[in-house]
Amino acid sequence: MRVKVRHSTEYTYDQAVSRGLQKIRLTPKNSGGQTVVSWDTGVEGGTKELSYTDQHNNLVELLSIAPGTRTVTIVCEGEVDTSDTAGIIGQHGGYAPLWYFRRSTPQTRAGPRVRQLVRDLGKDFDDDPSRLHALSALILDSVSYSTGTTDFATTAEQAIEAGQGVCQDHAHILIAAARLMGYPARYVSGYLMMDDRVDQDAGHAWAEVHVDGLGWVGFDVSNGVSPDPRYVRVATGLDYGEAAPISGIVYGGRNESMVVQLQVQQ
Amino acid sequence: MANRPDVFDEMHGSGEACRSPYSGYADWFQRQGAQSLRKKSRDAEVFFRRTGITFNVYGQQEAEERLIPFDIVPRIISGREWSRLTRGIEQRVRAINAFLHDMYHRQEILRSGRIPVDVIAANAAFLPQMIGVEPPGGIYTHIVGIDIVRTGEDEFFVLEDNARTPSGVSYMLENRETMLRMFPELFSRVAVREVSNYPKLLRRSLAACAPPGCSGSPVVAVLTPGIHNSAYFEHAFLADQMGVELVEGQDLQLVDGRIAMRTTRGYTPIDVLYRRVDDDFLDPMSFNPDSQLGVPGLMDVYRAGGITVANAPGTGIADDKAIYSYMPDIIQFYTGESAILKNVPTWRCAEPDALAYVLEHLDELVVKEVHGSGGYGMLVGPAASKREISAFADKLKSRPGNYIAQPTLALSTVPVLTKAGLAPRHVDLRPFVLVSPGKIEITPGGLTRVAMKAGSLVVNSSQGGGTKDTWVLEE
Repeated sequence: MRVKVRHSTEYTYDQAVSRGLQKIRLTPKNSGGQTVVSWDTGVEGGTKELSYTDQHNNLVELLSIAPGTRTVTIVCEGEVDTSDTAGIIGQHGGYAPLWYFRRSTPQTRAGPRVRQLVRDLGKDFDDDPSRLHALSALILDSVSYSTGTTDFATTAEQAIEAGQGVCQDHAHILIAAARLMGYPARYVSGYLMMDDRVDQDAGHAWAEVHVDGLGWVGFDVSNGVSPDPRYVRVATGLDYGEAAPISGIVYGGRNESMVVQLQVQQ
Repeated sequence: MANRPDVFDEMHGSGEACRSPYSGYADWFQRQGAQSLRKKSRDAEVFFRRTGITFNVYGQQEAEERLIPFDIVPRIISGREWSRLTRGIEQRVRAINAFLHDMYHRQEILRSGRIPVDVIAANAAFLPQMIGVEPPGGIYTHIVGIDIVRTGEDEFFVLEDNARTPSGVSYMLENRETMLRMFPELFSRVAVREVSNYPKLLRRSLAACAPPGCSGSPVVAVLTPGIHNSAYFEHAFLADQMGVELVEGQDLQLVDGRIAMRTTRGYTPIDVLYRRVDDDFLDPMSFNPDSQLGVPGLMDVYRAGGITVANAPGTGIADDKAIYSYMPDIIQFYTGESAILKNVPTWRCAEPDALAYVLEHLDELVVKEVHGSGGYGMLVGPAASKREISAFADKLKSRPGNYIAQPTLALSTVPVLTKAGLAPRHVDLRPFVLVSPGKIEITPGGLTRVAMKAGSLVVNSSQGGGTKDTWVLEE
């Protein structure tokens, strides 16, 4: 399937920025099940200073924002060919060792609530994938999809306590639980083409777990499925922070507002 | 002077005769009057005060700046002894660089099972941001300080490897400068190898590690956390001696994809940054977000190949005390040779058998925190009271993985000048090593630290230790 994406993020500041840097991870990866046909990231109100590939094989670009800037617009546009691999990305590659993906981070720390969730899940499963699918379903049961309760800094424990969350929270909970169960796990930020609409509210996020024999397998808790050809993988990391599409430091520039426009279609 | 028979004195050996490296000095010394030597000793102190060598001691607020005691009797090493030491140091430094490259790439040594994965996986000194990064010239540790102790004529041990930002080289230089000024005639009698070209060699070594894109003469700068840092004097001194800029984070910013410093002629991009700021504070966008000492974007520029950071971030995984005990295996694995310089036998308290042994023998052992430095938080068993030992045992039992233990070595002594004449005091040695592509240079000598209290084994300046000039004789 050829998925076409146009993703624009516009930051507006009431008061001009005195200086800023933004790290962007917005270029999809060529990886199991997907091939990038074309991709372009354009910036207005900022300058691309450099780029490199990080420890997760993400393409990272660094933008500087000049003094006096009031609006920064980042527009990505491109096409990605995807195929159905039943959510399996394949064997682990790259220099980052698998044990690294067992490291917990502040957002994916397994506290009492994650531990309880894993106890509730039990151990009676035929194989790893069915155990992880059951975990995914249990998370969605415990934490219903709802916007507005959590934000980008919410931890897995906090989201379980709130009982509500978005795809980012679902991914963090699954990662925390999977690591507690001994699996290497990681966060994926990307795009999902919804069948019933072109305009999307936001980018999507899900989790991948490393299973012996299969390699990395994706789990989208929010939609109760493993990724299929409608999914485009962009960046991966131990948690949201390492895979965040845009992160940075802006000095001055009070009252930041952000408008995202995202179209994903065939 | 009285020497303990079980302690090796570098001037007198284990007996009364003068060892040959000291014979030239001893001849001269015997002709000096006690009074004139004491006066020279006071002059040396005045000289130090004037040149401004001070050292901030943590935990002593009333004495923020204090002079490190300097003793005018040099520590002397023969050319033959030195060449053996340098072979061992070179081998060790080669192994450390190979180990660091391996840690941040294929991790063959973990695959081979020589080091348990957990030792690295659970170690905060392992820096994920360095995974897959190729530092310019393949060099991770541009400047290394290897702490060496001696226990006999041919017995040398490495106490620790300082692969992050070893300090103390300014004392090595100032100690020599002081001796040359106080006793010029001595240096015409005894052929001592030069150390004063260290800043020149340091600059050349750093410049040789410039990023591949650098054309022309590389721009080098020293990054300091600022005047409140205990080693600020050294940062300023080295920048001055090298003829390069001393900068703080606030002087630097990202300009055209490079890290540039503000000068009177606008922004100048830096090729090689000799940083004396810890990893965690280097870049608030990649590490501690609250750091004001670093430069936002520095790590990104580094990863994109636009600057050399010396030493490379993440080198702490090589000098961590938990890794130290594996050094003989590390040397064997990467060089195919046995270690020339021995390790001090080390018990890893994380291992239950080792912990049991250590708890039984706390009164004879030195116990150190795995991540500590500067002699803080350690127990010197033979010098500790029963109460101190029992309090330490509780700490040890609650977090065994945080500690390693070693036997208390009978460190060699070198005489110091006291009011009653010469008296032996325990010493260690930190030689300074410069690494650039295809080259390892070791300054002949280094920093000799001396415990100023009779019988004390703690040489750290933060614990009242002093220093001596270190002589390596021409062969």
